[in-house]
Amino acid sequence: MSKLTMVEALNLALDQEMARDENVCLLGEDIGVNGGVFRTTKDLQKKHGEDRVMDTPLAECGIVGTAVGMAIYGVRPVVEIQFSGFTMQAFDQIEQNMARIHNRTRGKYTVPMVLRTPYGGGIRAVEHHSESREAYWAHTPGLKVVIPSGPRNARALLAASIREDDPIVFYEPKAVYRAFREEVPDEPEVMEIGKAEVIREGKDITLISYGAMMRPCKEAVEDLVDEHNINVELIDLLTISPMDTETLTTSVQKTGRCVIVHEGHRTCGVASEIIARLNESAFEFLEAPVKRITGFDTPFPYFQVEEHFLPESEEIVQAVKETIDWQ
Amino acid sequence: MATENQDKTTPASEKEVAPPNTPSAMNTSPIDLGHIEVLQILNEHGEVDTGLDPNLCDETLLHVYRAMVLARVFDQRMLTMQRQGRMGTFAPNLGQEACIIGQVVPLTDNDWYAPSYRSFGAQILRGWPMEHLMRLWAGFHDGFPPPENVNDLPFSIVIGSHVLPAVGIGMGMNYKKKKDCVVVNYGDGASSQGAVSEALNFAAVYKVPVVFICENNGWAISTPIQKQTVNEVLATRGSAHGIPSIRVDGNDILAMICATQEAVARAKNGQGPTLIEALTYRMSLHTTADDPTVYRKDSQVEPWHCRCPIARFETYLKNKQLLSDESIKTTFENCENEVIVARDAFYAMPDADPSEIFDYLYESIPEELKAQRDEYLKRLRNKGEES
Repeated sequence: MSKLTMVEALNLALDQEMARDENVCLLGEDIGVNGGVFRTTKDLQKKHGEDRVMDTPLAECGIVGTAVGMAIYGVRPVVEIQFSGFTMQAFDQIEQNMARIHNRTRGKYTVPMVLRTPYGGGIRAVEHHSESREAYWAHTPGLKVVIPSGPRNARALLAASIREDDPIVFYEPKAVYRAFREEVPDEPEVMEIGKAEVIREGKDITLISYGAMMRPCKEAVEDLVDEHNINVELIDLLTISPMDTETLTTSVQKTGRCVIVHEGHRTCGVASEIIARLNESAFEFLEAPVKRITGFDTPFPYFQVEEHFLPESEEIVQAVKETIDWQ
Repeated sequence: MATENQDKTTPASEKEVAPPNTPSAMNTSPIDLGHIEVLQILNEHGEVDTGLDPNLCDETLLHVYRAMVLARVFDQRMLTMQRQGRMGTFAPNLGQEACIIGQVVPLTDNDWYAPSYRSFGAQILRGWPMEHLMRLWAGFHDGFPPPENVNDLPFSIVIGSHVLPAVGIGMGMNYKKKKDCVVVNYGDGASSQGAVSEALNFAAVYKVPVVFICENNGWAISTPIQKQTVNEVLATRGSAHGIPSIRVDGNDILAMICATQEAVARAKNGQGPTLIEALTYRMSLHTTADDPTVYRKDSQVEPWHCRCPIARFETYLKNKQLLSDESIKTTFENCENEVIVARDAFYAMPDADPSEIFDYLYESIPEELKAQRDEYLKRLRNKGEES
């Protein structure tokens, strides 16, 4: 066991997966000598060579499109897009090829690639550096969308994603990159993709979130349990698509109440989808309308005011109390 | 020897001799933009430039000729079937047979081919059964995957979207240290796509064993090349990226084969990509949903009848005593019969199974998708459509 930040844990996963399988290679801007702008790939080129850790030209569409071809040929590329806001340059390759080649060729060709990219706000960055657009990729048939929340699950989910034969969009909450350390086993560890995790069991209300928003949720839970005597069940989604409807349903059928938190935009966001599913699977168990706290339907604001855009723990506490008191 | 060892351990960034963009570097370019040559071996009258004639063996010549005829006959049959309502929208290749066939002649089974949607003549030569291609254009999902043992990409309907994955396959060959190569076909319209420029750049930067065939047929539906770009020499797109580039008379089968052969050899020798701009003309429709009389006059198309790639190759083969009027007629008849057999096989194939739409999306179907599939199967049952 070592106490690692998320960046270090991701680096460990990449290093171990490259050592395990010679077909695993990395592509991205500034990931080699520079080790990535967040240092997630630090020293990997030195260790595994320039052929396996490839600094690419500055072209996101080119990176994703060529990685699709490599994956078809039997290589397992892990692509880094510097910021998730830049993935829009690669939209065509993600939507038309990465997500569809398997279906288009009826499984003759698989696309075992991972698109890693830091997402989300809270680091006082310039425009296009703070987006949280996971709903786009969850909306695309053929992709799987994974979002870890801490060092240990980041490492285990990235390792699992690299071993997966289907294409994966792996969103890394950059606000968590160096926010805290966690014990991470030295030996390789994988977590099943497609499973949500009940972080804390409770009977009064279900609080669902993922990624960077798990931190304010955990703060809120402490407050709610300690100060307000509300026994919250907290769920970390971990995989956005395919969504673990069963775990969410079981929980809400038990608690009868639910609040969902994410920083992505509200309309057609992940919370909208969860509410629709609960409407189908747990309607008769609901004691109150399901509430959502999300980013607003505006572009992510310039960083002088970003703190007001992102959901905070006080707001989550308030929403939970309102949902408990609803009648 | 010591220097060599040192080179291996010195990171690329430290190998640079001089800092880039200093005043002394401003007037020099590491890339020779040079002069773009145009290769023609067989002129419009079928006369051969004997100095350039590759002197292919008789068997190859006749094999290639037959493939060109088959491409044309298949094209005509597809058009007939489409007009009868028995085929979906498709993109005819009339007049482009030399370009289409020539670009795959030098390929082996281990090489990869990334066709565009107008390259079905090449697909047939690569081993796609004709009934399979009919299935594809008639809207059956099972027509899309390349047949077993055929290393081709499925074409992309989004123009130019397949070029980057094709380069990626070449990068995979480098990664796995294979001595094979990729040929990718796209058109003048696709050359305007940013993704195609990115593909050229990646291929050059990583010395990818790929041959770009830019099939310049003058038209992107109704947009002529003159409106597509102010620099009509599309081969310069290659040289601008540091890729050896050449223009070829795309209606000259010998020039197409020679240029591609040389490019394939370069790719396999580790010399990286080549761009071949093949100059040809889209004599027929963009697709069967298109009406060219809206945007071009027949008089514009007329001169291209005299530049027919099949006719000029016939002249050459006749001069070599390899063809006669009689054997030309027989070749067309045999090809026609072969297409009819394929057509009948296609007509005899089973209906599409509507229950399959969930089956190939992932390696294994996720639970939540199973629920949707159950809902869909119930819908089919209610409509009496279940397989």
